[in-house]
Amino acid sequence: MRRERVPIVVVVPAAIGAAFFILPLVGLVVRSPWRDAVTALTAPDTIEALKLSLVASLSATALGLILGVPLAWVYARVEFPGRDLLRALTTLPMVLPPVVGGIALLLAFGRRGLFGSWLDSTFGITLPFTTAGVVMAETFVAMPFLILTVEAGLRSMDRRYEEAARALGASRWRVFTRVTLPLIGPSLFAGAVLCWARALGEFGATITFAGNFPGVTQTMPLAVYLLLETNQEASFILSLVLLLISLLVLVGLRHRWLGSA
Amino acid sequence: MSLEASIRLALGPLDLDMELTIDEGEVVALLGPNGAGKTTLLRAVAGLVPFNSGHVRLDGKVLEDTATGQYVPTERRPIGFVFQDYLLFPHLSVVDNVAFGLRSRGTSRGAAAQKAVDWLGRVGLEDYARAKPAELSGGQRQRVALARALAPDPRLLLLDEPLSALDVSTRAEVRRDLKRHLASFQGIRLVVTHDPLEAVALADRLIVMENGRLVQTGTPAEVTEHPRSQYVADLVGVNLIRGEADHGTVRIPGGAAVAAAGAESGEVFAMIHPRAVAIYRMRPEGSPRNVWSGRASNIELLGNRVRVRIDGEVPLVAEVTPAALKELDLVEGGEVWLSFKATDVGVYPA
Repeated sequence: MRRERVPIVVVVPAAIGAAFFILPLVGLVVRSPWRDAVTALTAPDTIEALKLSLVASLSATALGLILGVPLAWVYARVEFPGRDLLRALTTLPMVLPPVVGGIALLLAFGRRGLFGSWLDSTFGITLPFTTAGVVMAETFVAMPFLILTVEAGLRSMDRRYEEAARALGASRWRVFTRVTLPLIGPSLFAGAVLCWARALGEFGATITFAGNFPGVTQTMPLAVYLLLETNQEASFILSLVLLLISLLVLVGLRHRWLGSA
Repeated sequence: MSLEASIRLALGPLDLDMELTIDEGEVVALLGPNGAGKTTLLRAVAGLVPFNSGHVRLDGKVLEDTATGQYVPTERRPIGFVFQDYLLFPHLSVVDNVAFGLRSRGTSRGAAAQKAVDWLGRVGLEDYARAKPAELSGGQRQRVALARALAPDPRLLLLDEPLSALDVSTRAEVRRDLKRHLASFQGIRLVVTHDPLEAVALADRLIVMENGRLVQTGTPAEVTEHPRSQYVADLVGVNLIRGEADHGTVRIPGGAAVAAAGAESGEVFAMIHPRAVAIYRMRPEGSPRNVWSGRASNIELLGNRVRVRIDGEVPLVAEVTPAALKELDLVEGGEVWLSFKATDVGVYPA
């Protein structure tokens, strides 16, 4: 088959662009001290950070599903004044520098914050610098990905299936759980995975709002950054672990993004 | 036991104003062209579309009444709805699709599954219980949709274009099965269709609607023998003229008059079968009292007949044999004369 010749003015920048992504990955893989991998991975601090990361990111995803799916449903199905503005506000963390998000969370939920002081004085609940604070920071940054993905799924689904279910006598709850959710399953899954991946990598908002206490708020990205000063080899290994997880996420979502059927 | 609906609603370009009463024991087909509002009316009866004013009553019970504000939501109406493209839930197996309505209305899991399997047996699909809808053919899907709608024992069965999603080869067979199931269903049956063949085959009574309004109702024979709108006349394939009868003629707004043996007085329809219309190249001499000249605007071969549309003082369609057409040496745009007898004009009050 005759192939179109690709113009050189495209090939060169395209190759540089690809190399720009690939070289750092190669660097990470080549320069990692593989012999120390086991030691680094089994160090108590690492295990703790890994455990905390998993617990916090999975909690953030669960919270995202519990709060985000209804919010997405409201955006997709309910018309009310100010809907677009509200959507913009809840999407903001996707583009907001995470540090700013962390500071905003502190001002709202910190011990002297707008609601934080009330929570503290009324219930004795303190959120910043706790594991709950980590979950909050991660949810704040990651949930918008889930909301937008699920809303898109709800908008593109054929709503007549819901009508068919209603005509068969299904209550609104039954329609939602037995028809709507299964039909948007792929969007729900993609949204949850995106949300989880974003939560797992969260750094800025977490360190600002929850601090960096090993075992309590020190997640993997925080540990990686800190170890860079004290134990570079361990930091490289942990980076590799995070890279591996990201790669798995990408493979898991390949049908959605890479277009292979 | 009956369905009684009076519905007025405006939705986009559609301005719907319909009253209908359907008794148990009759299968009624709502027939009309695309955009007439048939599906909207059906959806309004089901409670899926809000209407501006009117009411829906089933067996004397109010399902919806804008005057009193009563509204029974769709899920609590005793209805079965077969949608145009069936809308079988793609993530559920065939048996779970059929059991869905039973489960929704509180039947236990085991009993619902049993009844669903029974229903699949009735439509001849017991071997496909575990299959997903995507694995079925169009005709099989139609039968599952019917079983799903009927399984919860509805009082009112609504079918929206039940055969239009099928290809022609399977349509006849599925139509026969559908007729049998409609006959055995004890309840009120309303079928929406734009296909006159389907309407005549399935229904005891036709309700013809156009532009959101009722134009004619009656048995299929009544409707086809006495069309009361251009739409029905076109479906049946006859010429229909509306005018004022005046002892032997029907005067058409615009000046022309048709000699019609049965015309007495008043506003009437005059129906002329295309086979009764003869075509000539020269002005014919003879007894027929209706003789016009015109221009052949459209020539269409239909099986062993040719339909020639002739524009003139009174636009008419004539039907001739291909051999006759050849002998006439007629082409589109050609000048022709046509004639028909006054006794070939059917006249009935408008």
